Amino acid sequence: MIEISHVNKWYSPTFQVLTDCTTSVTKGEVVVVCGPSGSGKSTLIKCVNALEPFQSGDISVDGTKVNDPKTNLPKLRSRVGMVFQHFELFPHLKIIDNLCLAQQKVLGRSSDQAVAKGMQLLERVGLKEQAQKFPAQLSGGQQQRVAIARALAMDPIVMLFDEPTSALDPEMVSEVLDVMVDLAHEGMTMMVVTHEMGFARKVANRVIFMDRGEIVEDAPKEDFFGQPRSDRAQKFLSKILSH
Amino acid sequence: MFSNFDFGVIIRALPYLFYEGMTFTLLLTGLAALGGLVFGTAIALMRLSGYKILGRIAGVYVDFMRSLPLVLVIFWFYFLVPYIGQWVTGASRPISVGAFASSLITFIMFEAAYFSEIMRAGIQSISRGQPAAANALGLTYAQTMRYVVLPQAFRNMLPVLITQTIVLFQDTSLVYVLSITDFLGAASKVAQRDGRLVEMYLFAAIVYFTISCIASFGVRRLQARIAIIR
Ligand SMILES: Nc1ncnc2c1ncn2[C@@H]1O[C@H](COP(=O)(O)OP(=O)(O)OP(=O)(O)O)[C@@H](O)[C@H]1O
Ligand SMILES: [Mg+2]
Repeated sequence: MIEISHVNKWYSPTFQVLTDCTTSVTKGEVVVVCGPSGSGKSTLIKCVNALEPFQSGDISVDGTKVNDPKTNLPKLRSRVGMVFQHFELFPHLKIIDNLCLAQQKVLGRSSDQAVAKGMQLLERVGLKEQAQKFPAQLSGGQQQRVAIARALAMDPIVMLFDEPTSALDPEMVSEVLDVMVDLAHEGMTMMVVTHEMGFARKVANRVIFMDRGEIVEDAPKEDFFGQPRSDRAQKFLSKILSH
Repeated sequence: MFSNFDFGVIIRALPYLFYEGMTFTLLLTGLAALGGLVFGTAIALMRLSGYKILGRIAGVYVDFMRSLPLVLVIFWFYFLVPYIGQWVTGASRPISVGAFASSLITFIMFEAAYFSEIMRAGIQSISRGQPAAANALGLTYAQTMRYVVLPQAFRNMLPVLITQTIVLFQDTSLVYVLSITDFLGAASKVAQRDGRLVEMYLFAAIVYFTISCIASFGVRRLQARIAIIR
């Protein structure tokens, strides 16, 4: 579903943020990406839907090359759901309008269709009653669930998550993770940057460990948690699992 | 000085002052603010577009407009436009442009420079995550601006935009150089005709002052409300 091969990216001539990154995510797979702060996880996941350009290598999603100038990026992105660390709901729009905007403007759905789909997804994340509120009136956990519903409303073929729970108060983390676990169980293809190793243990197929712009480890979940091969991954794991 | 103050002059002139003068002033203010906002937003988008040449052109325009006295622009534009029109259309004689059209175009051009700076600040106040989220949903650049970035920028900047419009409302009185009958023009015509300068100019000052004050008060109320919503 996602093929990443030999991707290199520089933010400036002297600062290489991604070095020869190669991996893939097959249909129905859940891949967790972890690694220390600044290791390039966000950058890599943003390259997948071309929110960030890269200088060399290739990425394709469902057979479409994202770094091909001829690719219709808006169309490609509409099929790739993305959830951000800071939710990024549109604060001037009601919750239901947040869910309807792209359905109508990008997919061309009628207002009735979009609202029906939106309400169905709000119900699924347990927020049907909040449809007429504005984002600022919701808690962080609720906002993130809305953001997931907003991405799902586009009927994506794959979902990208960039640290979806790290801006949340601890007591709200599980309500968001529950939604993501359900999604994984339903067979959604997911690439998830997170440090929630409980989530990784529960639903991940593979875990990728990044450090300084490189993919240091890319292993099935059992192998990764059983015996990480690299020192760096081992150190990282012991650090985040110790608290 | 106030011993022979004649209120009757003002009262008799009221219909003329307001139906002719104030209507013109408000019409010019409203249309110039609207046009200035539209073109100002376009200029702001040019400056933020990332295309160096577009940004440079917009920057030069803004700096140029802001370094000229408005009254000179009004004056020169009125006399130059007929010749520019002649040159553009290739007509044999200067194209006559009415004083209203000429002053409206001048004010739109002038205000666009100021509104563009306000809208630029407004757009820059939106975090980068917002357009990123819109793009990630498949919205194009134009849709992202239209539905996500500009509505928020406009809302954030509304108090400043209205304050600028109050300045514009006062500045429209400069069209007197074209002998147009705006509110001040009307007042000064009556003043000259009846020899009642003190009464008429005092009254005009009170009217400008009152309207501007009420508008400023409205802005403060609005600011407080926006602060609560955020
Ligand atoms: N727009 C940018 N310009 C220059 N450098 C950037 C830019 N965005 C990120 N970086 C740098 O690139 C490196 C990787 O950033 P990235 O956000 O991908 O890291 P991350 O692994 O997601 O970290 P975190 O866990 O803190 O989110 C960091 O050193 C960061 O400072
Ligand atoms: Mg990050």
